[in-house]
Amino acid sequence: MTKLSMTVNGKPVSGNVEGRTLLVDFLRQDLHLTGTHVGCDTSQCGACTVHVNGVAVKSCTMLAAEADGADVATIEGQANADGSLNVIQQAFQDHHGLQCGFCTPGMVMATADLLKNNPTPNEADVRHHLDGNICRCTGYHNIVKAVLAASGQDVDAVAAE
Amino acid sequence: MPKDSGIGASPKRREDIRFLTGLGQYTDDISLTGETHAVFARSQVANGIIKSIDTSAAENMPGVLAVFTGDDFVDVGGNPAGWLINSRDGEPMKEPKRPVLAHGKVRHVGDAYAAVIAETAEQARDAAEAIEADIDEQPAVVDMKSALAGGALVHDEIGTNQCFDWGWIEDNRAATDAAIKSAPHVTTLELVNNRLVPNAMEPRASTGVFDPGTGDYTLYTTSQNPHLTRLLICAFVLGIPENKLRVVAPDVGGGFGSKIYHYGEEALVLSAAKKLGRPVRWTASRSESFLTDAHGRDHVTKIEIACEKDGTFLAFRTETMANVGAYLSNFSTATPTFLHGTLMAGNYTVPTLYVNVKAVFTNTAPVDAYRGAGRPEATYSLERAIDKCAQELGMDPLALRRKNFIKPDQFPYAAAAGLEYDTGNYHALVDKLEELADLSGFEARRAATKATGKLRGIGVNTYIEACGIAPSNLVGVLGSRVGLYDAATVRVNATGNISVMVGAHSHGQGHETAFPQVVADMLGIDEGSIDIVHGDTSKIPFGMGTYGSRSLAVCGSAVVRATEKIINKAKKIAAHMMEASEQDVEFSEGQFSIAGTDKSVGFGDVALKAYIPHNFPIEDIEPGLEETAFYDPANFTYPAGAYACEVEVDPDTGKVTIDRFTAVDDFGNVINPMIVTGQVHGGLAQGIGQALLENCTYDENGQILSASFMDYAMPRASDLPLYTVDHSCQTPCTHNPLGVKGCGEAGAIGSPPAVVNAVINALHSGGHTDVTHIDMPVSPARVWAAMNS
Repeated sequence: MTKLSMTVNGKPVSGNVEGRTLLVDFLRQDLHLTGTHVGCDTSQCGACTVHVNGVAVKSCTMLAAEADGADVATIEGQANADGSLNVIQQAFQDHHGLQCGFCTPGMVMATADLLKNNPTPNEADVRHHLDGNICRCTGYHNIVKAVLAASGQDVDAVAAE
Repeated sequence: MPKDSGIGASPKRREDIRFLTGLGQYTDDISLTGETHAVFARSQVANGIIKSIDTSAAENMPGVLAVFTGDDFVDVGGNPAGWLINSRDGEPMKEPKRPVLAHGKVRHVGDAYAAVIAETAEQARDAAEAIEADIDEQPAVVDMKSALAGGALVHDEIGTNQCFDWGWIEDNRAATDAAIKSAPHVTTLELVNNRLVPNAMEPRASTGVFDPGTGDYTLYTTSQNPHLTRLLICAFVLGIPENKLRVVAPDVGGGFGSKIYHYGEEALVLSAAKKLGRPVRWTASRSESFLTDAHGRDHVTKIEIACEKDGTFLAFRTETMANVGAYLSNFSTATPTFLHGTLMAGNYTVPTLYVNVKAVFTNTAPVDAYRGAGRPEATYSLERAIDKCAQELGMDPLALRRKNFIKPDQFPYAAAAGLEYDTGNYHALVDKLEELADLSGFEARRAATKATGKLRGIGVNTYIEACGIAPSNLVGVLGSRVGLYDAATVRVNATGNISVMVGAHSHGQGHETAFPQVVADMLGIDEGSIDIVHGDTSKIPFGMGTYGSRSLAVCGSAVVRATEKIINKAKKIAAHMMEASEQDVEFSEGQFSIAGTDKSVGFGDVALKAYIPHNFPIEDIEPGLEETAFYDPANFTYPAGAYACEVEVDPDTGKVTIDRFTAVDDFGNVINPMIVTGQVHGGLAQGIGQALLENCTYDENGQILSASFMDYAMPRASDLPLYTVDHSCQTPCTHNPLGVKGCGEAGAIGSPPAVVNAVINALHSGGHTDVTHIDMPVSPARVWAAMNS
């Protein structure tokens, strides 16, 4: 077993894990942060996307031990301090950018990563950036609109219904 | 001015808050005290005789609590097919037993033959790998034509790989054959409806719990229909009394059909929980999902259209081989028959048709209903063949369709495939499509594309579907072993807020938002004070669940009926409160009043009176305000639509890019336009995925070649366009109280032929007029090969 400690959503946490334990399993099973989901076993679907030291990472493709000492952010830490939805979360609700909700945490985390590096993406930028996040429900149309809206752009001008 | 609440409004979805903040509770998110973990040992061969299974090493591994094999379940029942199909000669279909764990033989890659229960999932996984199974591999049955020709068998005991040989409508066969024989023109097309994997993003998961103190079981599971799962486990598989099993389907991450069915893993975790006295959890990996979830489609069809030289349809005839896989999944026999053959008339006034379907066992995963379920297969065959027919006749494809449409004044219309369509206006749908898709501007766009060295094509088609599944009397005659009604309870609490317990299950459809819109409209109260309860057999009266675009049409109708009962009882209470005759009480906007007087009481006051029945006519009216209704539809509903797809084809690579997609649908009345539009988007993505990307393939040994997201091409954001969606052409359903038809499957049903029609059209514009068909998925390799053959 390996001892580790890290910061998750601004709070210090620690645990004992097997060497083979994935970061996503540490988050879900040890910390009970079940908002980060597992949708595949080949690092393709992106449902497990979190931020590690400010960078979007598929937490199924990283060992928990590799995150020792890191600053990790998950979907549970994204809302505003008063509990209200942040700009990205609100845009997803406003534009019906989610249905079953399973891929949604990963989509929100991937979007935050995109907008951090590209504050005003166009439609092609959004689609390209989200290629590692699979959604089976929405057909992506409303996700694209939500991301554009979260960036403060005029959605209707670029993506009419 | 759009409404901001009630029917026709688009309030934001209330369930989104928990999903967006990581607070959803999916089955694998639930941890229970003392829980253990199950992992399955699965066959690596497609067809094999189990000679021995040595579990001794696994049993002695760290943390292992129990190991189960097929021997442990020989005395329990099999997982049944829910629909009895008789062959043309009257023989009932073949129904080999589908056991909890394989016994004697394994019949597809992934077929589970043992399960390990351990303290941790990792320990269970390690131990499952230590099970030594001696399995004698047999020749695999994969290709349907070979399967029917004889040779290796999937089920030795039934002596054939043919499940049934079904004809529809048998009485029309001779007339259809004669019409085709003498027709001035016959179009023939052979096509494959490619096998798909549903791939809900949440893999299947089940946790079994047994309480030795009460003898009660609880199953948390990823189900679209918890009551149906309970019925199958109790009445057919494990024999648990229904009142001793609670099935909970909490938040479920998509289903698309694959979570309708009962699977052996559910029975295993319940049995193991009883044996160990501890909860037993199992969650599928995505690889297991590919191997064991029920797949979809997989038809091989020959279709013939007989017509006059002017395009007037005279007869349709189809012969289909439908793959059912290694075992019969619960709806697998209904999907290629009564959800397929009955739709073969399409939107048309064809006088006669005949459908023959041979269902075939193969050493592949079971195949069952996947979004659309039979109706996409019918639509694809017919609408591809009509396009080919139009080309052969030199007619415009939309003109050929218009010529044969059922006209608006012909409804209700008894179609040649045996269903009576209640309402529709297909001409209006096509008119709207021409406008929204800017069909008149196509040639200019084609010219612009040509200047870039690419080929632009346009494909159109219409569709009809039968939804709101289903009238129990009718489906009973057709072989269904269950009824297909639904139920709802409306519970008005003393303080006036309301819980509505519904049999439908929401796994992305937004019921928690849409159903309160209906009740709020009827009661004239704030929809924020109305909550939907679903997915728990201990909380809801009964329910057949969510599939077949049925939730609002069937369960929503039950909600309406239960709410009507609430209003009727509340009127009695209000009459007493106002010292008036019940007949004089009027109800509007949440207020009960007496016409011509200033007397009135609010809905909340009546609710309080019902629960604090002081000065209450207790001899005439029971206290409380709670009503239940079961609703069984009088007919299917018949959504219809007209779709147009524009593609660009790169002649150098064969790559197809969708530039525009327009979907015009008639869903009858619409409760929440935002949610309906989202449902269409999702359906379109799955239909376009089928047409361009997705393909589940097995090699000749029955090894699945597409068992991960690295091998199976799921549609991704960059594969798809922005869609143009319209549902303003509304011909309300005449036989349910909301006038709704259902919208969940339309996009997946209507879109594949539009895409393929567009690709063929593009190739013809580039001079490749000899290319009459390309099977789905229309991949770059297939398109390039067609252009260069």
